[in-house]
Amino acid sequence: MSSSASLHSGATPALIAPLAAPLPLAPRDAFPLLAADPALRYLDSAATAQKPRAVLDALRHYYETANANPHRGAYRLSVAATDAYHDARARVARFVGLRDADCLLFVRGTTEAMNLVAGSWGQAHVGPGDEVVVTRMDHHATFVTWQQLAHARGAAFRIAELTPDGRVDLDHLASLLGPRTKVVAFPHVSNALGTVNPVREIAALVRERSDAIVVVDGAQGVPHLPVEFDRLGADFYAFSGHKVGGPMGSGALLGRRALLEAMPPWQFGGDMIAFVGDEVTTWNALPHKFEAGTPNVGDAVGLAAACDFLAGLGMDAVIAHERALVAAAMERLGAIEGVRVHGPAADQRSGVVSFSMADVHPHDLATILDERGVCIRAGHHCAQPLMRSLGVPATARASFWVYSDAADVEALAEGLESARRLFAA
Amino acid sequence: MSDLTELYQSVILDHNRKPRNHGAPERFDATADGRNTLCGDALTVWVALDGDTLADVRFVGEGCAISKASASLMTQAVKGKSRAEADALFERFHALVTGREAPPAEGVRGPLGPLAALAGVSRFPIRVKCASLAWHTLQAALHREPGAPVTTE
Ligand SMILES: Cc1ncc(COP(=O)(O)O)c(C=O)c1O
Repeated sequence: MSSSASLHSGATPALIAPLAAPLPLAPRDAFPLLAADPALRYLDSAATAQKPRAVLDALRHYYETANANPHRGAYRLSVAATDAYHDARARVARFVGLRDADCLLFVRGTTEAMNLVAGSWGQAHVGPGDEVVVTRMDHHATFVTWQQLAHARGAAFRIAELTPDGRVDLDHLASLLGPRTKVVAFPHVSNALGTVNPVREIAALVRERSDAIVVVDGAQGVPHLPVEFDRLGADFYAFSGHKVGGPMGSGALLGRRALLEAMPPWQFGGDMIAFVGDEVTTWNALPHKFEAGTPNVGDAVGLAAACDFLAGLGMDAVIAHERALVAAAMERLGAIEGVRVHGPAADQRSGVVSFSMADVHPHDLATILDERGVCIRAGHHCAQPLMRSLGVPATARASFWVYSDAADVEALAEGLESARRLFAA
Repeated sequence: MSDLTELYQSVILDHNRKPRNHGAPERFDATADGRNTLCGDALTVWVALDGDTLADVRFVGEGCAISKASASLMTQAVKGKSRAEADALFERFHALVTGREAPPAEGVRGPLGPLAALAGVSRFPIRVKCASLAWHTLQAALHREPGAPVTTE
């Protein structure tokens, strides 16, 4: 599962042209944390993105001008908070191509969204003898959630394996599908490898062979690719606001109305009820049925600002920018002795480069790079089942976003060269 | 010396490349598995006892240079020690890597002997777990009910 460095071993370093500069798509100045530290090389955006000033301003503006408990509308300020929340939902829904905005549920992030689907739809529809399918590249948020639901309901848990270059093996996936398949869950984009999965194609395959619901973990989709939920063919799609440049603790679950309306509530409390009797309670309409308690209005407003920011850049431009950086990084890193890049070709990824260096553990690489102000992730990337199939306990991962540029790639490569020298000593 | 060259000094790199007392023994009296859940580092430590003396200590493991070198140096340091002496050594070692005890001056052999090569870890607080994993695992092997899991959390 690697495009080996030996692909490039014929090239002498001197012959490798300096990187044709991908400039940042959005200036570092638009991100206060990056602006404050020009030497910082933040290459861990797949873990969480730095925040545009526009998002921080929107948060502050909400709390300074409109903060109240929404949906309690007895006074104008509460109406302002309700309107801000409603407006945020509409903007986020538009950004991800969901026409029916009431089918967008605000949640704490991808993890909570996945638990909501498993805890509500899964508990109601998965039973003994049924089958639940995930993939070898799923994040623990998806993998463990469905594994545990399957165990709790007496269903079989099946894992679709990957091709040698780190894509979902569609033939193997197809062979797992049948009349007992109730759920097929997979990531839009792998956080560990960057692989972009063909969501529409997979959804069509699932429909052809089963009545299963199609659940997409979009944590690495929405930040990096154009997403149009209504045309994806998925039943549910989850993402985290903090990876889109929005606040931590924000996120959304998108679902098809017919499914959401038929599903039992997942949490109970205020806002989600219609009538509470001594014995019986009825539920509020969508989206409120799934949003128990005081909603996180401030962070929803911040998330909407992040979506507006990205819409302004254009998601086609974002993915093109990331792919240019990934192509440059794969070429530059592949030429370093002992470096092996995992996963598929640059044009099948988002801005993620996962790699190993022979004889140097990813943790040691991360420490050496950190001394140069280069932040990378080292570890199992919440994807231990994937690491096992790669045959490595951990990888090093650099990930790019709209503020990344050629200087980031160069700093990464130089840091790796220095690690090589240090360990060869 | 920069912090990095102090951390990755030649003793560490040497023990990382050629870990001593590496591999499962034929005979042992105590064993434990250690795991650093955050990064996936995992190792197993075996102890052969002669009365109260650690007659032989061996390990296998997957991990970074710091955790491997630390495990290798530990096996050498505790061999021939009593349990109480091994515990006391861990105390001092932990004080060293967390910066509570100053390393010996250049060229001076301190009470920790070759373990002092890991003094550089104290400048990298996130790596203290890597340096202590083997020690926590040894402690578990010596003092814990068999079967209970070990982590550095
Ligand atoms: C692919 C993928 N799925 C799920 C998650 C979990 O997201 P969160 O921790 O924001 O709930 C992440 C982020 O780490 C991810 O990258």
